[in-house]
Amino acid sequence: MTDFVRHIPLSWRRGAKLLPLYLAAAFGLLFLIGPLLVIVPVSFSPAQYLTFPPTGFSLQWYERFFSRPEWMDSVWVSIQVATLSMILTSVLGLLASLSLVRGRFRGKTLVYAVILSPMIVPVIVTALGTFFFFSRLGLVGTVLAIAIGHTIVALPIVVIIVSATLQGFDERVEQAAISLGASPVTAFRRVTLPMIAPGIVSGALFAFLTSFDELIIPLFLGGPETQTLAVRIWNSVLLEIEPTIAAVSSFLIAVALLVLILAGLLGRARGHSQPAAGATETGGN
Amino acid sequence: MSIQRQAHDGLAELAVPPLPRHLVRQGRRDWTLIMLLVPALGFLAVFFAYPMADILMRSFDGDQGFTLEHYGRFFERTIYVRVLLITFEISGSVTVLTLIIAYPLAFVLATVSRRTAAILMAMVLIPFFTSILVRTYAWIVILGPEGLFNQVLGGLGFDPVQLLYNRPSVLIGMTYTLLPYMVLTLYSVMRGIDAQLVRAAYSLGASDWNVFRRILLPHTMPGIIGGSLLVFILAVGYYITPRLMGGDRDQMMATIIEYQVDLLLNWNFASALAAILLTITLVGFGLYAWLVGLRTLFESRT
Repeated sequence: MTDFVRHIPLSWRRGAKLLPLYLAAAFGLLFLIGPLLVIVPVSFSPAQYLTFPPTGFSLQWYERFFSRPEWMDSVWVSIQVATLSMILTSVLGLLASLSLVRGRFRGKTLVYAVILSPMIVPVIVTALGTFFFFSRLGLVGTVLAIAIGHTIVALPIVVIIVSATLQGFDERVEQAAISLGASPVTAFRRVTLPMIAPGIVSGALFAFLTSFDELIIPLFLGGPETQTLAVRIWNSVLLEIEPTIAAVSSFLIAVALLVLILAGLLGRARGHSQPAAGATETGGN
Repeated sequence: MSIQRQAHDGLAELAVPPLPRHLVRQGRRDWTLIMLLVPALGFLAVFFAYPMADILMRSFDGDQGFTLEHYGRFFERTIYVRVLLITFEISGSVTVLTLIIAYPLAFVLATVSRRTAAILMAMVLIPFFTSILVRTYAWIVILGPEGLFNQVLGGLGFDPVQLLYNRPSVLIGMTYTLLPYMVLTLYSVMRGIDAQLVRAAYSLGASDWNVFRRILLPHTMPGIIGGSLLVFILAVGYYITPRLMGGDRDQMMATIIEYQVDLLLNWNFASALAAILLTITLVGFGLYAWLVGLRTLFESRT
Protein backbone atom coordinates (compact mmCIF):
# COMPACT_ATOMS: atom_id res chain seq x y z
CA MET A 1 0.00 0.00 0.00
CA THR A 2 2.62 2.52 -0.88
CA ASP A 3 -0.04 4.47 -2.70
CA PHE A 4 -1.77 5.10 0.55
CA VAL A 5 -0.51 8.66 0.79
CA ARG A 6 -1.76 9.60 -2.63
CA HIS A 7 -5.24 8.61 -1.64
CA ILE A 8 -5.22 10.75 1.43
CA PRO A 9 -7.03 13.94 0.48
CA LEU A 10 -5.11 17.15 0.20
CA SER A 11 -6.78 18.70 3.19
CA TRP A 12 -5.21 15.97 5.27
CA ARG A 13 -1.83 16.02 3.70
CA ARG A 14 -1.59 19.74 3.71
CA GLY A 15 0.35 21.67 6.23
CA ALA A 16 0.52 21.69 9.95
CA LYS A 17 -2.08 19.08 10.71
CA LEU A 18 0.32 16.28 9.96
CA LEU A 19 3.21 17.89 11.76
CA PRO A 20 2.56 16.25 15.15
CA LEU A 21 2.37 12.89 13.41
CA TYR A 22 5.71 13.37 11.68
CA LEU A 23 7.29 14.72 14.85
CA ALA A 24 6.11 11.65 16.75
CA ALA A 25 7.53 9.37 14.05
CA ALA A 26 10.81 11.30 14.02
CA PHE A 27 11.04 10.91 17.77
CA GLY A 28 10.54 7.16 17.39
CA LEU A 29 13.25 6.90 14.77
CA LEU A 30 15.68 9.03 16.77
CA PHE A 31 15.00 6.91 19.82
CA LEU A 32 15.77 3.76 17.82
CA ILE A 33 18.93 4.86 16.09
CA GLY A 34 20.32 7.44 18.55
CA PRO A 35 21.95 5.11 21.07
CA LEU A 36 23.78 3.28 18.29
CA LEU A 37 24.96 6.60 16.88
CA VAL A 38 26.35 7.40 20.30
CA ILE A 39 28.18 4.15 20.92
CA VAL A 40 30.12 4.06 17.66
CA PRO A 41 31.86 7.46 18.04
CA VAL A 42 32.58 6.69 21.70
CA SER A 43 34.53 3.63 20.60
CA PHE A 44 36.97 5.87 18.72
CA SER A 45 37.66 7.96 21.80
CA PRO A 46 41.28 8.90 22.50
CA ALA A 47 40.49 9.51 26.16
CA GLN A 48 40.88 6.95 28.93
CA TYR A 49 37.21 7.21 29.84
CA LEU A 50 33.93 7.71 28.05
CA THR A 51 33.44 11.09 26.49
CA PHE A 52 30.87 12.44 24.14
CA PRO A 53 31.30 14.11 21.79
CA PRO A 54 34.69 12.47 21.31
CA THR A 55 37.65 14.76 21.72
CA GLY A 56 39.59 13.21 18.86
CA PHE A 57 40.10 10.01 16.99
CA SER A 58 41.92 6.93 18.17
CA LEU A 59 41.87 3.22 17.47
CA GLN A 60 43.26 2.35 20.89
CA TRP A 61 40.19 0.45 22.05
CA TYR A 62 40.01 -1.56 18.84
CA GLU A 63 43.70 -2.26 19.19
CA ARG A 64 43.08 -3.52 22.69
CA PHE A 65 40.13 -5.62 21.55
CA PHE A 66 42.01 -7.24 18.68
CA SER A 67 45.28 -7.72 20.53
CA ARG A 68 44.11 -9.12 23.85
CA PRO A 69 44.06 -12.92 23.73
CA GLU A 70 41.10 -13.16 26.12
CA TRP A 71 38.92 -11.13 23.75
CA MET A 72 40.14 -12.98 20.67
CA ASP A 73 39.70 -16.36 22.36
CA SER A 74 36.08 -15.53 23.04
CA VAL A 75 35.55 -14.35 19.46
CA TRP A 76 36.89 -17.72 18.35
CA VAL A 77 34.58 -19.61 20.71
CA SER A 78 31.64 -17.57 19.42
CA ILE A 79 32.57 -18.33 15.81
CA GLN A 80 32.79 -22.06 16.54
CA VAL A 81 29.48 -22.10 18.38
CA ALA A 82 27.69 -19.98 15.78
CA THR A 83 29.02 -22.01 12.85
CA LEU A 84 28.08 -25.35 14.36
CA SER A 85 24.67 -24.05 15.35
CA MET A 86 24.12 -22.52 11.92
CA ILE A 87 24.82 -25.84 10.18
CA LEU A 88 22.57 -27.81 12.52
CA THR A 89 19.77 -25.27 12.29
CA SER A 90 19.93 -25.02 8.50
CA VAL A 91 19.67 -28.78 7.97
CA LEU A 92 16.88 -29.32 10.50
CA GLY A 93 15.09 -26.18 9.34
CA LEU A 94 15.20 -27.01 5.64
CA LEU A 95 13.80 -30.50 6.15
CA ALA A 96 11.06 -29.29 8.47
CA SER A 97 10.11 -26.44 6.12
CA LEU A 98 9.78 -28.82 3.17
CA SER A 99 7.42 -30.92 5.20
CA LEU A 100 5.42 -27.96 6.51
CA VAL A 101 5.00 -26.29 3.15
CA ARG A 102 4.42 -29.30 0.94
CA GLY A 103 3.11 -31.98 3.23
CA ARG A 104 -0.55 -32.56 3.78
CA PHE A 105 -1.19 -33.99 7.19
CA ARG A 106 -3.26 -33.43 10.26
CA GLY A 107 -1.98 -31.37 13.13
CA LYS A 108 0.15 -29.13 10.99
CA THR A 109 -0.80 -26.10 13.06
CA LEU A 110 0.33 -27.89 16.18
CA VAL A 111 3.65 -28.90 14.62
CA TYR A 112 4.18 -25.35 13.47
CA ALA A 113 3.40 -24.04 16.95
CA VAL A 114 5.84 -26.50 18.50
CA ILE A 115 8.62 -25.46 16.14
CA LEU A 116 7.96 -21.76 16.77
CA SER A 117 7.60 -22.14 20.53
CA PRO A 118 11.31 -21.67 21.40
CA MET A 119 10.98 -18.08 20.16
CA ILE A 120 8.33 -17.43 22.75
CA VAL A 121 9.62 -19.44 25.70
CA PRO A 122 11.89 -17.14 27.71
CA VAL A 123 15.50 -17.95 26.91
CA ILE A 124 16.24 -18.13 30.63
CA VAL A 125 13.84 -21.10 30.88
CA THR A 126 15.39 -22.84 27.86
CA ALA A 127 18.83 -22.16 29.29
CA LEU A 128 17.86 -23.59 32.67
CA GLY A 129 16.35 -26.75 31.14
CA THR A 130 19.28 -27.41 28.85
CA PHE A 131 21.65 -26.68 31.73
CA PHE A 132 20.07 -29.49 33.78
CA PHE A 133 20.18 -31.74 30.72
CA PHE A 134 23.82 -31.17 29.82
CA SER A 135 25.06 -31.15 33.38
CA ARG A 136 23.66 -34.67 33.75
CA LEU A 137 25.65 -35.65 30.65
CA GLY A 138 28.75 -33.81 31.85
CA LEU A 139 28.72 -31.64 28.73
CA VAL A 140 28.34 -28.21 30.33
CA GLY A 141 31.21 -26.03 29.19
CA THR A 142 31.48 -27.58 25.73
CA VAL A 143 31.03 -25.81 22.42
CA LEU A 144 28.62 -28.55 21.39
CA ALA A 145 26.25 -27.90 24.29
CA ILE A 146 26.09 -24.15 23.61
CA ALA A 147 25.61 -24.78 19.88
CA ILE A 148 22.72 -27.15 20.56
CA GLY A 149 21.16 -24.59 22.88
CA HIS A 150 21.41 -21.96 20.16
CA THR A 151 19.99 -24.35 17.58
CA ILE A 152 16.80 -24.57 19.65
CA VAL A 153 16.53 -20.78 19.72
CA ALA A 154 17.42 -20.23 16.04
CA LEU A 155 15.39 -23.07 14.50
CA PRO A 156 12.13 -21.06 14.30
CA ILE A 157 13.88 -18.25 12.44
CA VAL A 158 15.25 -20.59 9.80
CA VAL A 159 11.94 -22.42 9.42
CA ILE A 160 10.09 -19.12 8.92
CA ILE A 161 12.55 -17.78 6.34
CA VAL A 162 12.96 -21.04 4.43
CA SER A 163 9.26 -21.88 4.38
CA ALA A 164 8.48 -18.37 3.12
CA THR A 165 10.98 -18.98 0.31
CA LEU A 166 9.52 -22.41 -0.46
CA GLN A 167 6.05 -20.97 -0.71
CA GLY A 168 7.27 -18.56 -3.34
CA PHE A 169 8.75 -21.43 -5.31
CA ASP A 170 6.61 -22.91 -8.06
CA GLU A 171 6.60 -26.61 -7.35
CA ARG A 172 5.53 -27.37 -10.91
CA VAL A 173 9.09 -26.64 -12.04
CA GLU A 174 10.28 -29.53 -9.94
CA GLN A 175 7.39 -31.69 -11.13
CA ALA A 176 8.36 -30.91 -14.70
CA ALA A 177 11.85 -32.25 -14.06
CA ILE A 178 10.35 -35.40 -12.57
CA SER A 179 8.00 -35.87 -15.51
CA LEU A 180 11.04 -35.59 -17.78
CA GLY A 181 12.57 -38.54 -16.00
CA ALA A 182 14.57 -37.12 -13.11
CA SER A 183 14.25 -38.91 -9.79
CA PRO A 184 12.57 -36.83 -7.06
CA VAL A 185 15.90 -36.49 -5.24
CA THR A 186 17.73 -35.38 -8.39
CA ALA A 187 14.95 -32.97 -9.27
CA PHE A 188 15.13 -31.47 -5.80
CA ARG A 189 18.91 -31.26 -5.81
CA ARG A 190 19.34 -29.90 -9.33
CA VAL A 191 16.22 -27.77 -9.72
CA THR A 192 14.66 -26.76 -6.41
CA LEU A 193 17.75 -26.40 -4.25
CA PRO A 194 19.55 -23.87 -6.49
CA MET A 195 16.37 -21.82 -6.72
CA ILE A 196 15.69 -21.68 -3.00
CA ALA A 197 19.39 -21.34 -2.09
CA PRO A 198 19.18 -17.59 -1.36
CA GLY A 199 16.48 -18.26 1.24
CA ILE A 200 18.49 -21.04 2.83
CA VAL A 201 21.62 -18.89 2.96
CA SER A 202 19.82 -15.93 4.47
CA GLY A 203 18.22 -18.25 7.03
CA ALA A 204 21.69 -19.54 7.84
CA LEU A 205 23.05 -16.00 8.19
CA PHE A 206 20.34 -15.06 10.67
CA ALA A 207 20.95 -18.29 12.57
CA PHE A 208 24.64 -17.39 12.79
CA LEU A 209 23.88 -13.86 13.97
CA THR A 210 21.39 -15.08 16.57
CA SER A 211 23.94 -17.46 18.02
CA PHE A 212 26.77 -14.94 17.84
CA ASP A 213 24.79 -12.35 19.82
CA GLU A 214 22.89 -14.52 22.26
CA LEU A 215 24.01 -14.28 25.88
CA ILE A 216 21.86 -16.35 28.21
CA ILE A 217 22.42 -19.85 26.78
CA PRO A 218 26.24 -19.60 26.96
CA LEU A 219 25.92 -17.93 30.38
CA PHE A 220 24.37 -21.19 31.62
CA LEU A 221 26.06 -23.72 29.34
CA GLY A 222 29.51 -22.19 28.93
CA GLY A 223 32.55 -22.81 31.08
CA PRO A 224 35.79 -20.95 31.80
CA GLU A 225 37.28 -22.33 28.59
CA THR A 226 34.22 -21.61 26.51
CA GLN A 227 33.36 -18.00 27.17
CA THR A 228 31.61 -16.63 24.15
CA LEU A 229 32.05 -13.00 23.15
CA ALA A 230 28.62 -12.13 24.58
CA VAL A 231 29.55 -13.67 27.94
CA ARG A 232 32.88 -11.83 27.95
CA ILE A 233 31.08 -8.54 27.29
CA TRP A 234 28.56 -9.35 29.99
CA ASN A 235 31.27 -9.94 32.58
CA SER A 236 33.04 -6.72 31.60
CA VAL A 237 29.85 -4.66 31.73
CA LEU A 238 29.05 -6.01 35.19
CA LEU A 239 32.51 -5.07 36.41
CA GLU A 240 33.23 -1.72 34.86
CA ILE A 241 32.45 0.61 32.04
CA GLU A 242 35.41 0.94 29.77
CA PRO A 243 35.56 2.02 26.16
CA THR A 244 36.86 -1.39 25.01
CA ILE A 245 33.27 -2.58 25.32
CA ALA A 246 32.20 0.28 23.08
CA ALA A 247 34.68 -1.00 20.48
CA VAL A 248 33.42 -4.58 20.86
CA SER A 249 29.85 -3.30 20.64
CA SER A 250 30.62 -1.41 17.45
CA PHE A 251 32.15 -4.62 16.10
CA LEU A 252 28.90 -6.47 16.85
CA ILE A 253 26.85 -3.71 15.23
CA ALA A 254 29.06 -4.09 12.15
CA VAL A 255 28.46 -7.87 12.11
CA ALA A 256 24.69 -7.31 12.31
CA LEU A 257 24.85 -4.72 9.56
CA LEU A 258 26.82 -7.11 7.37
CA VAL A 259 24.24 -9.86 7.85
CA LEU A 260 21.40 -7.43 7.07
CA ILE A 261 23.09 -6.22 3.89
CA LEU A 262 23.87 -9.76 2.71
CA ALA A 263 20.32 -10.89 3.44
CA GLY A 264 19.01 -7.86 1.59
CA LEU A 265 21.12 -8.72 -1.45
CA LEU A 266 19.97 -12.34 -1.28
CA GLY A 267 16.38 -11.15 -1.01
CA ARG A 268 16.85 -9.13 -4.16
CA ALA A 269 18.36 -12.18 -5.85
CA ARG A 270 15.20 -14.01 -4.97
CA GLY A 271 13.17 -11.33 -6.65
CA HIS A 272 11.17 -10.14 -3.69
CA SER A 273 11.82 -8.40 -0.46
CA GLN A 274 13.30 -10.17 2.48
CA PRO A 275 10.71 -12.32 4.18
CA ALA A 276 10.51 -12.67 7.89
CA ALA A 277 13.08 -10.07 8.70
CA GLY A 278 11.17 -9.87 11.91
CA ALA A 279 12.04 -13.45 12.59
CA THR A 280 15.29 -13.13 14.32
CA GLU A 281 16.34 -12.40 17.84
CA THR A 282 13.05 -13.18 19.46
CA GLY A 283 13.42 -13.82 23.09
CA GLY A 284 17.07 -13.01 22.91
CA ASN A 285 16.36 -11.04 26.01
CA MET B 1 -10.65 -8.54 8.03
CA SER B 2 -11.57 -9.52 11.56
CA ILE B 3 -9.12 -10.91 14.01
CA GLN B 4 -11.01 -14.17 14.14
CA ARG B 5 -10.84 -14.46 10.42
CA GLN B 6 -7.09 -13.94 10.53
CA ALA B 7 -6.76 -16.64 13.11
CA HIS B 8 -8.50 -19.04 10.77
CA ASP B 9 -6.39 -18.03 7.85
CA GLY B 10 -3.34 -18.65 10.04
CA LEU B 11 -1.94 -21.85 8.70
CA ALA B 12 -4.08 -22.32 5.66
CA GLU B 13 -1.81 -19.88 3.90
CA LEU B 14 1.17 -22.06 4.58
CA ALA B 15 -0.18 -24.86 2.42
CA VAL B 16 0.66 -24.79 -1.24
CA PRO B 17 -2.31 -25.21 -3.58
CA PRO B 18 -2.85 -28.86 -4.48
CA LEU B 19 -1.03 -30.07 -7.56
CA PRO B 20 -2.60 -31.74 -10.57
CA ARG B 21 -3.23 -35.32 -9.53
CA HIS B 22 -1.28 -36.96 -12.32
CA LEU B 23 1.86 -35.16 -11.20
CA VAL B 24 1.76 -36.36 -7.64
CA ARG B 25 2.36 -39.86 -6.47
CA GLN B 26 0.28 -38.89 -3.51
CA GLY B 27 0.72 -41.56 -0.84
CA ARG B 28 4.40 -42.22 -0.96
CA ARG B 29 5.35 -38.62 -1.40
CA ASP B 30 3.37 -37.51 1.56
CA TRP B 31 4.96 -40.12 3.77
CA THR B 32 8.40 -38.98 2.73
CA LEU B 33 7.40 -35.40 3.45
CA ILE B 34 6.11 -36.24 6.89
CA MET B 35 9.33 -38.12 7.65
CA LEU B 36 11.25 -34.92 6.96
CA LEU B 37 9.82 -33.52 10.18
CA VAL B 38 11.43 -36.24 12.24
CA PRO B 39 14.91 -34.69 12.61
CA ALA B 40 13.62 -31.29 13.76
CA LEU B 41 10.90 -32.67 16.01
CA GLY B 42 13.24 -35.34 17.37
CA PHE B 43 15.82 -32.68 18.12
CA LEU B 44 13.26 -30.49 19.89
CA ALA B 45 11.86 -33.46 21.81
CA VAL B 46 15.27 -34.38 23.22
CA PHE B 47 16.83 -30.97 23.75
CA PHE B 48 13.80 -28.77 24.36
CA ALA B 49 10.65 -30.65 25.37
CA TYR B 50 12.44 -33.07 27.67
CA PRO B 51 14.31 -30.29 29.51
CA MET B 52 11.01 -28.39 29.90
CA ALA B 53 9.41 -31.51 31.36
CA ASP B 54 12.46 -31.89 33.59
CA ILE B 55 11.96 -28.36 34.92
CA LEU B 56 8.34 -29.22 35.75
CA MET B 57 9.39 -32.44 37.51
CA ARG B 58 12.04 -30.68 39.53
CA SER B 59 9.60 -28.01 40.56
CA PHE B 60 7.60 -30.74 42.35
CA ASP B 61 10.63 -32.55 43.69
CA GLY B 62 11.39 -32.45 47.42
CA ASP B 63 13.48 -34.49 49.85
CA GLN B 64 10.69 -37.03 50.22
CA GLY B 65 9.46 -37.19 46.68
CA PHE B 66 6.52 -35.18 45.42
CA THR B 67 6.01 -31.84 47.07
CA LEU B 68 4.33 -28.51 46.56
CA GLU B 69 6.76 -26.75 48.92
CA HIS B 70 8.49 -24.76 46.16
CA TYR B 71 5.24 -23.32 44.91
CA GLY B 72 4.10 -22.83 48.49
CA ARG B 73 7.26 -20.91 49.22
CA PHE B 74 6.68 -18.75 46.16
CA PHE B 75 3.14 -17.79 47.05
CA GLU B 76 3.72 -17.49 50.80
CA ARG B 77 6.61 -15.09 50.69
CA THR B 78 5.51 -11.65 49.72
CA ILE B 79 8.89 -10.95 48.17
CA TYR B 80 8.39 -13.51 45.40
CA VAL B 81 4.79 -12.55 44.73
CA ARG B 82 5.99 -8.99 44.55
CA VAL B 83 8.57 -9.93 41.93
CA LEU B 84 5.77 -11.48 39.89
CA LEU B 85 3.69 -8.32 40.22
CA ILE B 86 6.70 -6.16 39.30
CA THR B 87 7.23 -8.37 36.25
CA PHE B 88 3.64 -7.81 35.13
CA GLU B 89 3.82 -4.12 35.95
CA ILE B 90 7.01 -3.55 33.96
CA SER B 91 5.86 -5.70 31.04
CA GLY B 92 2.52 -3.91 30.91
CA SER B 93 4.13 -0.46 31.02
CA VAL B 94 6.61 -1.42 28.33
CA THR B 95 3.79 -2.72 26.13
CA VAL B 96 1.90 0.56 26.43
CA LEU B 97 5.03 2.65 25.84
CA THR B 98 6.06 0.71 22.73
CA LEU B 99 2.52 1.00 21.38
CA ILE B 100 2.45 4.78 21.86
CA ILE B 101 5.85 5.29 20.22
CA ALA B 102 5.38 2.71 17.47
CA TYR B 103 1.91 3.63 16.24
CA PRO B 104 2.69 7.00 14.59
CA LEU B 105 6.04 5.67 13.37
CA ALA B 106 4.46 2.62 11.73
CA PHE B 107 1.77 4.83 10.19
CA VAL B 108 4.33 7.13 8.62
CA LEU B 109 6.35 4.12 7.41
CA ALA B 110 3.24 2.71 5.76
CA THR B 111 2.28 5.95 4.03
CA VAL B 112 5.54 7.45 2.75
CA SER B 113 6.93 6.54 -0.66
CA ARG B 114 8.58 3.19 -1.10
CA ARG B 115 12.06 4.67 -1.28
CA THR B 116 11.69 6.77 1.86
CA ALA B 117 10.15 3.80 3.65
CA ALA B 118 13.19 1.66 2.78
CA ILE B 119 15.56 4.18 4.36
CA LEU B 120 13.42 4.67 7.44
CA MET B 121 12.94 0.92 7.74
CA ALA B 122 16.70 0.47 7.88
CA MET B 123 16.68 2.69 10.96
CA VAL B 124 14.25 0.25 12.56
CA LEU B 125 15.98 -2.93 11.41
CA ILE B 126 19.57 -2.03 12.30
CA PRO B 127 18.86 -1.73 16.02
CA PHE B 128 16.51 -4.72 15.74
CA PHE B 129 19.34 -6.94 14.55
CA THR B 130 21.88 -5.57 16.99
CA SER B 131 22.47 -7.66 20.10
CA ILE B 132 20.27 -6.73 23.07
CA LEU B 133 23.37 -6.69 25.24
CA VAL B 134 24.96 -4.04 23.03
CA ARG B 135 21.77 -1.98 22.91
CA THR B 136 21.42 -2.09 26.69
CA TYR B 137 25.06 -1.16 27.09
CA ALA B 138 24.51 1.87 24.85
CA TRP B 139 21.92 3.13 27.32
CA ILE B 140 24.28 2.54 30.23
CA VAL B 141 26.85 4.67 28.42
CA ILE B 142 24.24 7.39 28.03
CA LEU B 143 22.61 7.26 31.47
CA GLY B 144 25.44 5.96 33.67
CA PRO B 145 26.94 7.87 36.64
CA GLU B 146 29.78 9.08 34.44
CA GLY B 147 27.67 8.77 31.34
CA LEU B 148 27.06 11.21 28.58
CA PHE B 149 23.95 12.74 30.07
CA ASN B 150 25.72 13.51 33.31
CA GLN B 151 28.73 14.89 31.44
CA VAL B 152 26.44 17.35 29.72
CA LEU B 153 24.88 18.23 33.07
CA GLY B 154 28.33 18.66 34.59
CA GLY B 155 29.35 20.88 31.70
CA LEU B 156 26.37 23.08 32.48
CA GLY B 157 27.42 23.27 36.09
CA PHE B 158 24.88 20.87 37.58
CA ASP B 159 25.52 17.99 39.94
CA PRO B 160 25.31 14.52 38.41
CA VAL B 161 22.02 12.70 38.87
CA GLN B 162 21.38 9.00 39.34
CA LEU B 163 19.60 7.86 36.19
CA LEU B 164 20.36 4.17 36.29
CA TYR B 165 19.17 1.35 38.54
CA ASN B 166 15.62 2.57 38.85
CA ARG B 167 12.25 1.92 37.26
CA PRO B 168 12.42 4.59 34.55
CA SER B 169 15.78 3.32 33.29
CA VAL B 170 14.44 -0.26 33.06
CA LEU B 171 11.42 1.01 31.16
CA ILE B 172 13.63 3.03 28.79
CA GLY B 173 15.93 0.08 28.13
CA MET B 174 13.16 -2.44 27.61
CA THR B 175 11.01 -0.11 25.53
CA TYR B 176 14.05 0.55 23.42
CA THR B 177 14.90 -3.10 22.80
CA LEU B 178 11.30 -4.20 22.21
CA LEU B 179 10.12 -1.28 20.10
CA PRO B 180 11.03 -2.82 16.71
CA TYR B 181 8.68 -5.78 17.30
CA MET B 182 5.78 -3.39 17.77
CA VAL B 183 6.75 -1.20 14.81
CA LEU B 184 7.09 -4.19 12.47
CA THR B 185 3.84 -5.80 13.58
CA LEU B 186 1.85 -2.59 13.22
CA TYR B 187 3.55 -1.78 9.93
CA SER B 188 2.66 -5.09 8.33
CA VAL B 189 -0.99 -4.60 9.28
CA MET B 190 -1.12 -0.95 8.21
CA ARG B 191 0.40 -1.73 4.85
CA GLY B 192 -2.51 -4.04 4.19
CA ILE B 193 -5.22 -1.43 4.82
CA ASP B 194 -7.15 -0.48 1.75
CA ALA B 195 -6.48 3.22 1.14
CA GLN B 196 -9.80 3.47 -0.70
CA LEU B 197 -11.55 3.16 2.64
CA VAL B 198 -9.82 6.25 3.94
CA ARG B 199 -10.56 8.12 0.76
CA ALA B 200 -14.19 7.09 0.79
CA ALA B 201 -14.57 8.19 4.41
CA TYR B 202 -13.15 11.61 3.62
CA SER B 203 -15.29 11.99 0.54
CA LEU B 204 -18.30 11.34 2.74
CA GLY B 205 -17.20 14.15 5.00
CA ALA B 206 -15.58 12.34 7.90
CA SER B 207 -13.29 14.30 10.18
CA ASP B 208 -9.69 13.23 10.83
CA TRP B 209 -10.68 12.00 14.25
CA ASN B 210 -13.52 9.93 12.87
CA VAL B 211 -11.30 8.47 10.18
CA PHE B 212 -8.88 7.41 12.86
CA ARG B 213 -11.52 6.07 15.23
CA ARG B 214 -13.83 4.38 12.74
CA ILE B 215 -11.39 3.20 10.08
CA LEU B 216 -7.76 3.17 11.12
CA LEU B 217 -8.25 1.96 14.66
CA PRO B 218 -10.51 -1.02 13.88
CA HIS B 219 -8.41 -2.02 10.89
CA THR B 220 -5.16 -1.86 12.82
CA MET B 221 -6.66 -3.69 15.80
CA PRO B 222 -5.10 -7.06 14.80
CA GLY B 223 -1.72 -5.31 14.80
CA ILE B 224 -2.37 -3.60 18.11
CA ILE B 225 -3.43 -6.84 19.76
CA GLY B 226 -0.74 -8.94 18.10
CA GLY B 227 2.06 -6.46 18.76
CA SER B 228 0.98 -5.92 22.36
CA LEU B 229 0.77 -9.64 23.11
CA LEU B 230 4.13 -10.23 21.46
CA VAL B 231 5.88 -7.42 23.34
CA PHE B 232 4.25 -8.44 26.61
CA ILE B 233 5.23 -12.10 26.22
CA LEU B 234 8.82 -11.20 25.39
CA ALA B 235 9.00 -8.62 28.19
CA VAL B 236 7.81 -11.07 30.84
CA GLY B 237 10.92 -13.21 30.26
CA TYR B 238 13.40 -10.35 30.05
CA TYR B 239 16.70 -10.83 31.77
CA ILE B 240 19.52 -8.68 30.41
CA THR B 241 17.99 -5.21 30.62
CA PRO B 242 16.45 -5.39 34.13
CA ARG B 243 19.61 -7.03 35.41
CA LEU B 244 21.88 -4.31 34.04
CA MET B 245 19.63 -1.25 34.33
CA GLY B 246 17.34 -2.04 37.24
CA GLY B 247 17.69 -1.56 40.98
CA ASP B 248 16.69 -4.06 43.65
CA ARG B 249 13.06 -3.11 43.25
CA ASP B 250 13.04 -3.66 39.50
CA GLN B 251 14.18 -7.25 39.34
CA MET B 252 11.95 -9.52 37.32
CA MET B 253 11.21 -13.26 37.25
CA ALA B 254 14.14 -14.08 34.98
CA THR B 255 16.69 -12.29 37.11
CA ILE B 256 15.62 -14.06 40.28
CA ILE B 257 15.70 -17.41 38.48
CA GLU B 258 19.31 -16.78 37.52
CA TYR B 259 20.03 -15.65 41.09
CA GLN B 260 18.56 -18.85 42.54
CA VAL B 261 20.61 -21.02 40.20
CA ASP B 262 23.88 -19.18 40.22
CA LEU B 263 24.25 -17.93 43.76
CA LEU B 264 21.89 -19.97 45.90
CA LEU B 265 22.20 -23.23 43.91
CA ASN B 266 18.53 -23.75 44.65
CA TRP B 267 17.74 -25.65 41.47
CA ASN B 268 14.33 -26.99 42.40
CA PHE B 269 13.00 -23.66 43.56
CA ALA B 270 14.44 -22.07 40.42
CA SER B 271 12.54 -24.72 38.45
CA ALA B 272 9.29 -23.73 40.14
CA LEU B 273 9.95 -20.10 39.23
CA ALA B 274 10.76 -21.13 35.66
CA ALA B 275 7.59 -23.23 35.49
CA ILE B 276 5.50 -20.23 36.57
CA LEU B 277 7.21 -18.03 33.98
CA LEU B 278 6.75 -20.72 31.33
CA THR B 279 3.05 -21.02 32.11
CA ILE B 280 2.52 -17.27 31.77
CA THR B 281 4.33 -17.26 28.44
CA LEU B 282 2.46 -20.25 27.06
CA VAL B 283 -0.88 -18.73 28.00
CA GLY B 284 0.19 -15.61 26.11
CA PHE B 285 1.32 -17.70 23.15
CA GLY B 286 -2.01 -19.55 23.12
CA LEU B 287 -3.89 -16.25 23.21
CA TYR B 288 -1.77 -15.04 20.33
CA ALA B 289 -2.39 -18.14 18.24
CA TRP B 290 -6.11 -17.93 18.97
CA LEU B 291 -6.58 -14.20 18.40
CA VAL B 292 -4.09 -13.39 15.70
CA GLY B 293 -2.89 -16.67 14.21
CA LEU B 294 0.63 -18.03 14.10
CA ARG B 295 1.20 -17.29 10.48
CA THR B 296 1.27 -13.58 11.20
CA LEU B 297 3.68 -13.98 14.09
CA PHE B 298 6.79 -13.33 12.06
CA GLU B 299 5.62 -13.11 8.53
CA SER B 300 7.15 -10.94 5.88
CA ARG B 301 7.44 -7.50 7.26
CA THR B 302 9.91 -5.49 5.31
